[in-house]
Order: sequence, then C-alpha cells, then structure tokens
Amino acid sequence: MKKGIRVLLMLLLALAVAVAAAGCGGQKPAGESKSGGNTAGGGQDQNQKMKVAFVYVGPVGDAGWSWAHDQGRKYLAEKLPWVEATYMENVPEGADAERVLTELAEQGNKIIFATSFGYMDYVINVAKKYPNVIFMHCSGYKTAENVGTYFGAMEEARYLSGMVAGKMTKKNVLGFVAAHPIPEVIRGINAFTLGARSVNPNVKVKVVWTNTWYDPAAEKQAALSLLDAGADIIAQHQDTPGPQQAAQERGAYGIGYDSDMSQFAPNATLTSPVWNWGPYYVKTVEAVKNGTWKPEQYYGTMKDGIVDLAPFNKMVPQDVRDLVEKKKQEIIDGKFFVFQGPIKDQSGKIRVQEGQKMSQEDILGFNWFVEGVEGEIPK
Amino acid sequence: MPATAAPQNTSRSSGPGSGPVLTWEKRLEPSRLMAVVVPVISVILALAVGAIFLSATGFQPLKVYQSMLNGAVGSKYGISETIVKAIPLMLAGLGVSVAFRMLLWNIGAEGQFYMGAFGASWVALTFPHLPAYIMLPAMFLAGGLMGALWGLLPALPRAKWGVNEVITTLMLNYVAILWVDYLVYGPWKDPRGFNFPLTAPFSDAASLPTIAGTRVHVGLIFALVAAVLLAIILWRTRWGYEIRIIGESARAARYAGMNIERNIILVMLLSGALAGLAGMSEVAGITHRLQHGISPGYGYTAIIIAWLAKLHPATIILVSLLFGGLIVGGYSVQTSGVPAATVSMLQGAILFFVLGGEILTRYRLHFGRKEGK
Repeated sequence: MKKGIRVLLMLLLALAVAVAAAGCGGQKPAGESKSGGNTAGGGQDQNQKMKVAFVYVGPVGDAGWSWAHDQGRKYLAEKLPWVEATYMENVPEGADAERVLTELAEQGNKIIFATSFGYMDYVINVAKKYPNVIFMHCSGYKTAENVGTYFGAMEEARYLSGMVAGKMTKKNVLGFVAAHPIPEVIRGINAFTLGARSVNPNVKVKVVWTNTWYDPAAEKQAALSLLDAGADIIAQHQDTPGPQQAAQERGAYGIGYDSDMSQFAPNATLTSPVWNWGPYYVKTVEAVKNGTWKPEQYYGTMKDGIVDLAPFNKMVPQDVRDLVEKKKQEIIDGKFFVFQGPIKDQSGKIRVQEGQKMSQEDILGFNWFVEGVEGEIPK
Repeated sequence: MPATAAPQNTSRSSGPGSGPVLTWEKRLEPSRLMAVVVPVISVILALAVGAIFLSATGFQPLKVYQSMLNGAVGSKYGISETIVKAIPLMLAGLGVSVAFRMLLWNIGAEGQFYMGAFGASWVALTFPHLPAYIMLPAMFLAGGLMGALWGLLPALPRAKWGVNEVITTLMLNYVAILWVDYLVYGPWKDPRGFNFPLTAPFSDAASLPTIAGTRVHVGLIFALVAAVLLAIILWRTRWGYEIRIIGESARAARYAGMNIERNIILVMLLSGALAGLAGMSEVAGITHRLQHGISPGYGYTAIIIAWLAKLHPATIILVSLLFGGLIVGGYSVQTSGVPAATVSMLQGAILFFVLGGEILTRYRLHFGRKEGK
C-alpha cells in the first residue's frame, strides 16, 4: 500500500511536470515575452499594454483596505486603456510576499504596487534584483532607486469623523477597534480623539488591539468588548466592516474606515473616513510611462482628494454636518492642521507646544497616545 | 490493520441473487492497484468539479490549471519556491507522524514550531557576533530544544496522570504564539521597526546557506536527514519497534514489559524537536528575523500531511512537496484573475477528493447480493 502511494505520487508529479512542459511548449510566444519582461521594456510586445500589478494583504472583497485599493486599480484600468492591471490578494506579510513580488516582477510587470506595511523589506529585497521594475510601497518608509512610497493624511478625515462621534455620543465613551500598534494606526486614533475632544472635552476613547488587519470575527469580538465596557460609538482601523456590524447588533453607532461602509451596517454607520487611490495610481503610472517618475515619499492630503469623508448617515443632525463641513473646508484651505499644539499625552504632559506643528517625521513615527485615549501601546 | 474483512476473492462469486444490495466491505489487503488508480481519479474528479465551477464563473479552466502548474513546477524558480514552502511542512509533518504512530495526538506542532523559532531567534539576537560555524549549530540546538521542551510539557501530565494530550498540545499552541507575539510587540521589537511586530534582522552569520540564486535553504537537508533517521529508528531499532507496538496495542506492549510512560516522553520530545527545527529553519532560512504570524498554520497542515502520507517518512516528504506546490501554484493562479477564494476552493476540492478516494483503497463498494455463506 505504501509503495502504491509512492508510485502514485511519482505519477502525479510526472503528470504535473508533463502538463507544465506541454503548457510551456504550446505557448512559446507568451513564454518569450515573459523572459523579455524582466530585462527591460516590460511587455511592450504584448498588445502594447503596460503591465501593472497590485499586491493586497486581504481579499478584494473585504469592503475595506484592499477593496479601496482595488477600486483604485479598476479606476486605473478604466482611465488608461493601455494598462493591464492585475492583482494578487490574501498575500501574507511574510515569506510568501517575497515570492509573490518576485513572480510579478518575473511576469513582466513594469510597476508593482505593494499595499501593506509588512511588505516593506520584501519590496526592498526584490527591487534590488529587478532594477527595471518600479515598486511602489504603500505606508512604508524605505525607498530605493526603483522604490517609492505613498500614503495619505488619513488623520484629516479621522479628525472629522472624531468630531461626528464626539457630538453624537451620549455616554462620552467611544470605542476604537485597532489593528496593529504601528504609527499609522496610532496616528489615526490620536486624530480621532483630538477631533472628538475638540467638540466634547469629556470624551474618552477606549482602544482594543486585535493584532490583525483582517479577521472579521476577531474585529467584531473586539467591538463587542468595547460596547460591554460602556462605549456607545465604535470607530475602527481594520479592513472589514465587522466592528460596525457589532455596533448595529447592539443598537449602537459605528464609524467605518477605508470605504463607505454604510451598506454593511446601515443603521449604525455614521460616516467613514475613506481612501480614494484611483487618481494617484493614474498619475503614477503616467509618470512612469513618461519617464518622469522619481522615487519619492508621497503623502497625499484631503486637498489632493486621496482621503475624504464618506457621506453622512441620515441620523447625523444638520448642525453636526455643518460643523464638520466647515472644518473640512478649513483643512482643504490649509487653515487648520490636525496635529497642531497644544497637544498633551496620556499623562497630561504637553508634547506639542501651543502654536507649534508636529513635524512630518514625528507624525509618521507616532508612538504615543494623546490625552483622552484609554489604552496602551505595547512597548 | 485489524483483519475483520470479508473474504476478498469471493466477492464476485456467482449464485442466486436476493436483489441488489450496496455494501461496504473492508479490504483484507488494501489493493495495490486501487492505491494508485483511485487517487489519480480523485484528482481528476476534483479538477473536473473545479472546471465546472471555473467555467460557471467565467474562467477558462485549462488556462487556470496550466498557470497553477506553471507557478508550482513550471520554472526553476517555481520549483525552488515549492520546495521552500515544503521544508517546514516536511519537518513538522515528520514530527507529528512519530507521535501519531504511538497514538499520541500531538496537535501542538504549531506551538512547537513557534517555540523553535523563538529559541533560534534568542541565540541570534543575544549573541549577534558569533561566527556562522558557532551561530548556526547553536540556533539549531536552541530551536530543537525549545520545540522538544514544548513537546515535553504536555507529555509529562499525559505519562503521569493520563491527561488528554489533544487538549494540552492544542492549548499550548496559543501560549507559544502569544509568547512570540509578546516578544515581537514588546522587548524584542526592532527599535527601528516603527512599532511593527518584528525583531531586528539577524546578523548575516545567522542565515542558513541557500542553493545559489534560490531561497531553498539547508532546512531541506535537515528534513531529508530527519526522514531517513526516523525510518531507521522506526524499523531498525528497538525503540522504533516499541513505538510501533505501543501504537498497535498499548496493552500488549505493557504486557511485553515495555515502558509506555518513558516512551510517551521520548516520543513527544522527538516530535517537538522536529517541529522546533521547522521553526528554526524558517527564521534562519527565510525570514531572518522573528515576527508576528511567522507560521501561516504549518503545524496544522502538517497533521493533514502526516495522515495523507500514512505516517510514512518518505511519503511525508513527497506529500509535503505536493502541498507546497498547491500553495505556490495557488498564488500564481491569481495573476490570471482568479480570486483567492476560488483558489482555496480548488485546493479544498483536491484535498476532499483525495481523502474521500482514500476510503476506496481500504474498502470496496460491493454491488449485488450480500455475501453468501
């Protein structure tokens, strides 16, 4: 019997190799353009289309982070018909990422957008081996000759959503379901808290870490624990609408993230800070085509349109809407800056002096909570 | 194999029928032919079902399958990555198999993997200036030891008081994962890592040698050597004989004077050490740092692999390669536009049919009248 299994496996492997070989043989032209792709000029011989690939940490159907990037990819494909934009989803931020990136470079993609922080070192590794491929890493801080980073001032939209929550809470306790304790998330919690306390100084924001970007069940569970702890509005930095769904189950309010999540919890979702990547992707791909691309660290703002606030739910009263819209205009006009002093930390110590603006470097490296946040950053 | 089967050769014997009846019969001797034919048919069936699904959702099945194969074995790179993916599965699979042979249900390979990764990382991070010829053996030992220790914890209560090891090994997985999380979010966090849950990269001396130009590392040799050693232990030593006898019948073994408690502890040490080495080779060979989520469930996949391979060391190596290919090919398929969920469905279908077909190699489906006397 054991021998039998072994024979079988041999047969299967042989079959696999045979079919693969047949596949390669039958598709000579494709194979040739593939190998041409990694040297230079990537894929220009195939229908003149430029190949662009996206790597997502979650599934495109997460209704959140990866979905928002995929909307950007679709926008890109629609605006620039000479682009062939593919994607790989569910790619873990570990050993697999390096293989996926290598494979995409090997397949003749000219630009690869890696859309999660944890891909950073793998992007740098693979970029060294493929100097003719341009890598764009979202939310990271390492660049190279052919690696740029891009991100946006989500704190602006977070601040506005915090104002909505601060106005609408009855118990003055807000819950925040947070993914990983990295600067990106800490920054968002701080902006949300500052926004909430700007309209309601008594507000407290309780934070629970899930240590995952994408885990609908865990996200929901974390939200429920916050509701149990007295929160009546749940904000979140996750990749799915799970937290608002938990809020809706309990008759509480929620604030989404990444995309307009109102359809998933229509009776709870007050609004959502959203990403709008499409125009930036178009701009980047055009820059590469025109040869004007440079490895920069792009940080878009609400003025650029890369971040925004989704339409308000009908539950949000007019006076709150007016207040938030006014602040939004101030942000766009450059009259208001989210991280402007005085800002105190959790212990009440002033960390940013009155009138002073936090430097971009400090904002990108945020590793402390502002006053009003109840929670700990693992040290 | 308990021999409670109906006589095999008389099943087609003629005689006056009493109406068609469908019965399962256990095969006395599992059919050699069936052992080859059935899994092949199973895979073909799985692919056929997948093809129906793919066409229904607007993909060309042949193209999808071809890109899956190409991704896994169609290029030198694909093959090397399939092997990379298979290395931790081989080691952890070998680890659980030896425990399973003694009917010790070690579900804890995942935790033992994490502890092995922890032990190796401790060496690499605490003594960054060691030269490679000391560093790597030290990491190897630390990884194996920590894995063994994590196997020992549930083995002791099992041996002393008969505490069910399914529960304890499973629970210790969470402890190990949380322990590593504590370290990478806390004391071991890379100060320049922007709070991301990973340690600083290891020094170059802590990297396992790789085959030029690929990521295939020496862990492959660990796995192959481990398979050979395990086969020798099982079929050429007294200890292996005891393991096999205890697995067949603990009572008989005890009657024969074998020390079951001692064997439980030894086997769990070995089982844990192998899974620990899987963790060690993953951090030293692939990630070069300890990080959150270092294993995407290798320890659990290893259990399926061990069973599919009927706990046989050589077969575990092969089945691990098949699984590696299935995982690597699964990602490649995505470039032809197939969503990840569909890929998981295809992988699931293949597993389902192979496991289902397995039954046919051990039982026969008998049409016709029931066996006469």
